[in-house]
Amino acid sequence: MSQPTQTPQHPGVIPRPPFIEPGHTFETVTDQIGAIVLDQGVRRGWLIGFAIAFSLLMLLMVALTNLVATGIGIWGINIPVAWGFDIVNFVWWIGIGHAGTLISAILLLLRQQWRTSINRFAEAMTLFAVACAGIFPVAHLGRPWLAYWLFPYPNAMAMWPNFRSPLVWDVFAVSTYATVSFMFWFVGLIPDLATLRDRSPSRVGRFVYGMLAMGWRGSALHWHRYETAYLLLAGLSTPLVVSVHTIVSYDFAVSLIPGWHTTIFPPYFVAGAIYAGFAMVLTLAIPLRWYYDLEDFITMRHLDNMARVMLATGLVVAYGYMMEAFCAWYSASTYEEFMMTNRFFGPYNKLYWALIFCNVVAPQLMWFKKFRLSLGWLFLMSIIVSIGMWLERYIIIVVSLHRDFLPSSWGMYTGSIWDWATFLGTIGLFSSLLFLFIRFLPMISIFEMRTMVPEAKVEGEHGGGGH
Amino acid sequence: MPQVFHRSTNTIARVSIFGALIVVAAAGYGLDLVNRSSYVTGAGLALEQPVPFSHRHHAGELGIDCRYCHTGVETGAKAGIPPTQTCMNCHKQIWADSPTLEPVRASLRTDASIPWVKVHDLPDFVYFNHSIHVAKGVGCETCHGRIDRMNLTWQQNSLQMEWCLECHRNPERYVRPKEEVFTMGWQPPGGDQLALGRELLKANDVQPKTDCDTCHR
Repeated sequence: MSQPTQTPQHPGVIPRPPFIEPGHTFETVTDQIGAIVLDQGVRRGWLIGFAIAFSLLMLLMVALTNLVATGIGIWGINIPVAWGFDIVNFVWWIGIGHAGTLISAILLLLRQQWRTSINRFAEAMTLFAVACAGIFPVAHLGRPWLAYWLFPYPNAMAMWPNFRSPLVWDVFAVSTYATVSFMFWFVGLIPDLATLRDRSPSRVGRFVYGMLAMGWRGSALHWHRYETAYLLLAGLSTPLVVSVHTIVSYDFAVSLIPGWHTTIFPPYFVAGAIYAGFAMVLTLAIPLRWYYDLEDFITMRHLDNMARVMLATGLVVAYGYMMEAFCAWYSASTYEEFMMTNRFFGPYNKLYWALIFCNVVAPQLMWFKKFRLSLGWLFLMSIIVSIGMWLERYIIIVVSLHRDFLPSSWGMYTGSIWDWATFLGTIGLFSSLLFLFIRFLPMISIFEMRTMVPEAKVEGEHGGGGH
Repeated sequence: MPQVFHRSTNTIARVSIFGALIVVAAAGYGLDLVNRSSYVTGAGLALEQPVPFSHRHHAGELGIDCRYCHTGVETGAKAGIPPTQTCMNCHKQIWADSPTLEPVRASLRTDASIPWVKVHDLPDFVYFNHSIHVAKGVGCETCHGRIDRMNLTWQQNSLQMEWCLECHRNPERYVRPKEEVFTMGWQPPGGDQLALGRELLKANDVQPKTDCDTCHR
């Protein structure tokens, strides 16, 4: 458990690199992470980044306004491809959202200390990704103002939603996930919000952070309750990591469309989600640690670990692709076989091979330490995987739909300019929220990082409380 | 450093937890009340018409049969608004000079319809047919209320889907013998509607559908 950080305790055992660089004390940790919020003010790079993100967010506003004003016809979807960018993007975003909860809940329960440096912003990323994901199913309803019909409530129609439909399970899965993730994130923030309250130079800062800290004084009783609550929430979140994307996969697997109707979908979707999520954490962590000089906290060992998780989940996903092809052949069903040959050689085959390159071929570089420890390669790899995961959903949805059972119902699909505008817009929403988060909240958990410094270990070894 | 918040905010914070629950519950309940109110459904509101036609007088006091004016009710989807000629059958003799009836006479002169205001306006996405309901023993009164007591005509029921489904799911509570369809104020003999209703369902082969496409075609 306790990592010797400076001197190996067992002679002859080479210590693994620490999760926090040497030389840090309680004070320096608090100062360095708190300063990003309290002292640095608005920095030029942040402002430029936020401006770009905010412009894209405005693009989202335009795209959604046009959607509501004009109707769903501005998108490229039509029969037979009635699900296009909307559902592709929904699944993509919700998948990205999975890393946060995995890191915070499962790695917490497994006592993986390295989660400490990345859990806060990974959780924030999760929330923002889920916010982006939530836009699409609502927007694609055609009459989005009636979205509340999805919830079972006593209504003047004397109707319930169809509980046999996975689309309704989805509503509960995603809204539960959003709620629990938010609670988990917020509860984790409380001690840090109190730190910010106590250190904030401005009255407004003290008031707002004080409000959010909900009267945290750091007493032993507070800590006791806090730890219980946090563990309970971790326990609640853990099944959600698996359940949400399982249910998203049911949206497809429960139907009868070739390419959707397969039992491998739940595990393969969950692995894909964690794959995409870790790719996104890397995409964010690499520039952040560079711009805010956080190399001491988000060390190469963290990046290395994340690359390994990516490799492992990537292999599960590759197995999924293999099984899809195998089952199509083994099923001896004409439609399944046609679906697979259509993926390989049909009109969208370039996208399929691009997907195989992005998700299966390229990530094999992660086997080599040289690539795992190179920031440039890691960053590139994380982008490639994100693209690959987007292509995967595009292939699953569009290629399965565009060849209906009857050739008379065949069609082709391309996203319209408004599809792209909405997609880019959600990227704007995601990054705008992230920029605001970085500016106003500590992106690394201060109090948890403090438990990582050597001082805390010494205290712990002498039988102290550890905090 | 002085405390940012006064001691009393602790209490406010605790109260707000329950306060939020109450606000959310009250808002939900309030929305539900509004949704079922006549502000939304239009039920119970007598609309102003070009001529203040009284069903109470014509159907109640004079006892004119519903079908005298609403001729389509047994055979068509719509019961129908009578043509001006139907009014004039009587009113060329009775109240022939009444200023109140001038719009009716004007309609006859110019051959333009009287611009009656529709009282029962079903949404366009609902298919409704009067004839099947009349044929299976749903009384006029069951949906339209005691029209023979209305001076100005109003919509008696909400016309919301739950109202339609209440009868489609439990028709035995509402059907009556076919010969009583046009009777106002009919009561089941002996007062046992359910027993009679069940018999009538068998006798008249009443099988109301609750499939989506029964009404949303």
